[in-house]
Amino acid sequence: MNDKKVNSYRTGPDEDGHFGIYGGRYVAETLMPLILDVEKTYKQAKNDPAFKQEFHALLKEFVGRPNPLYFAKRMTEHLGGAKIYFKREELNHTGAHKINNCIGQILLARRMGKTRIIAETGAGQHGVATATVCALFGMPCVIYMGAKDIERQKPNVFRMKLLGAKVIPVTSGSESLKDSMNEALRDWVTNVEDTFYIIGTAAGPHPYPELVRDFQCVIGDETRVQILEKEGRLPDSLVACVGGGSNAIGLFHPFLDDDIDIYAVEAAGHGVNTDKHAASLSGGAPGVLHGNRTYLLMNEDGQINEAHSISAGLDYPGIGPEHSHLHDIGRVKYVPIDDQEALEAFQLCTRLEGIIPALESAHAIAYVMKLAPTLPKDHIMVMGLSGRGDKDIFTVADALGEDI
Amino acid sequence: MGIERIEKRFAQLKNQGRAGLITFTTAGDPDYENSLSILKGLPKAGADIIELGMPFSDPMADGPSIQAASIRALKNKMTLSKTLKMVQEFRAEDNDTPIILMGYYNPVYIYGVDRFLKDALNVGIDGLIIVDLPPEEDSELAIPAKEAGLAMIHLATPTTNKTRLRHILENGSGFLYYVTIAGITGTAKPDLTPVKNALDDFRSVSNIPMAVGFGIKSPEDAARFAEFADAVVVGSAIVDIIKNNLNQENVANSGLRGRVLSFVEELAQGIKGARK
Repeated sequence: MNDKKVNSYRTGPDEDGHFGIYGGRYVAETLMPLILDVEKTYKQAKNDPAFKQEFHALLKEFVGRPNPLYFAKRMTEHLGGAKIYFKREELNHTGAHKINNCIGQILLARRMGKTRIIAETGAGQHGVATATVCALFGMPCVIYMGAKDIERQKPNVFRMKLLGAKVIPVTSGSESLKDSMNEALRDWVTNVEDTFYIIGTAAGPHPYPELVRDFQCVIGDETRVQILEKEGRLPDSLVACVGGGSNAIGLFHPFLDDDIDIYAVEAAGHGVNTDKHAASLSGGAPGVLHGNRTYLLMNEDGQINEAHSISAGLDYPGIGPEHSHLHDIGRVKYVPIDDQEALEAFQLCTRLEGIIPALESAHAIAYVMKLAPTLPKDHIMVMGLSGRGDKDIFTVADALGEDI
Repeated sequence: MGIERIEKRFAQLKNQGRAGLITFTTAGDPDYENSLSILKGLPKAGADIIELGMPFSDPMADGPSIQAASIRALKNKMTLSKTLKMVQEFRAEDNDTPIILMGYYNPVYIYGVDRFLKDALNVGIDGLIIVDLPPEEDSELAIPAKEAGLAMIHLATPTTNKTRLRHILENGSGFLYYVTIAGITGTAKPDLTPVKNALDDFRSVSNIPMAVGFGIKSPEDAARFAEFADAVVVGSAIVDIIKNNLNQENVANSGLRGRVLSFVEELAQGIKGARK
């Protein structure tokens, strides 16, 4: 039993929020007392049956969980190899996995007596999910979103407004996700008394990487039960896309100690050998940004580079610290998929399965398309279908040269 | 010299019975030559301690003025190596004015902590303020810096209580930088009374010199805080003068240096008259 504990991949983070050398608490002093308070509150909450019960009741009644583990029959036949299942996070209320984490964090915010919510968003899925839980709990909500992202994700911007959130365009830097996170941190430090920051991915200062992961683990926990029901055994492989990496860690974490191959797909933009990609593990190095030590895209002077991906949700020059650790120790294999491959996967999935996937999820599908044909028919593969693609139809139309 | 130069300067200020003026500019803003030229003029204009910003692409704790200064410097290819070189050039002419580098951790981490501390001491840097290294991360840089003889100046804020202050001062040295507002640089104007109360409170815990900064923009404001603080930091207001003396391509107008330094003279005058 002791041996098993020592060899577990699931014990992180340590007391100071480290996964190996990654993670930590690199924030301005003004925020530190609050960060310590979030940690204390989360420690109490996760051991409080009433908190868990309320979280799971909302996931069931409001989000619509459990969502299906769906056998992608036509994709399996088309690729001619591994048996492919989709974990259907895109069927959640608001259309992505982001809502799982938002429900958890707003319960924490309420427990801490905070009355105002802020968040950053890239593709807008996290912004919509945050605005949604704020409407549900009657809290004012401010969303920071890059001006460039506002342009390419108009439907989600309007959804946030309808839900009562104030969307503030961020015009600094690359006008995308990292700059929105800077702006949200500036707001937080200014409104530290009443405000809770709902971070959208498994990154940022400790305890965020841990608590976001824990809230997203519902994905993997459900998958485990469902695959045992359907197949009577665990899958042979898991695939998910990673930007910050919350849907991936949510799917992977419950399986880390099992004998399963795990693949995380990074956005390679125009290619990892170009300067236009978002693959921080394939093309970056360890550094410190946004509260944690993790792999980052940067130049030799430590200045953060702009990321690029066709998918706004993966357009971030860093990744969650637990992924950096899992990469270094080799437990998860991180692979790149470029814009073009993701676009092709987007179309194939839509036509074969009648599911329009988010461009983020299309990166995972593209890797499934590469991997599945090389594997035997009795190989069971589960892919995290993290979000639906309605929000992306303008971007895709543009990329395909179609006018809508 | 390192921390000793800072301690010596605060001892001199105490003897003179006045607060010190700490000026902030970003290294390489708007370009290397003009930035160095301003730097060299600061002691004579009345800066007692010089804070020099290390430009960073993602300055999370800074308001629009200092964000823009970082961007101007980086556009002109400023790097951490060049910042060190700039201090070296300054030190060739001035061996008394303490220089403190202020910035974010990533460029230092990428440069390499050991190499950075060695080079910083060699060129004549005396202290460091790294905004995103709270005491929880002291093992990264604060402890090695202290061992190397550089001051690691820690921040206290309106969210800091006395218990937290003791923790902050475990590895903090040189002076304490009290951030007058909960917020980012150069935005909200701080109220005097809560800042004074906080410093009074903190002085029951420690006799380390206490500087105040964030949102102090005029000679009058500086004078009001100089009545009770050991030093007053002015940053964004100086950086704004730089910005206002650039043309549309961010090239310096001929009057840039003179205007910046005459504003620093006014600040220094204000502070010198504060306790009379």
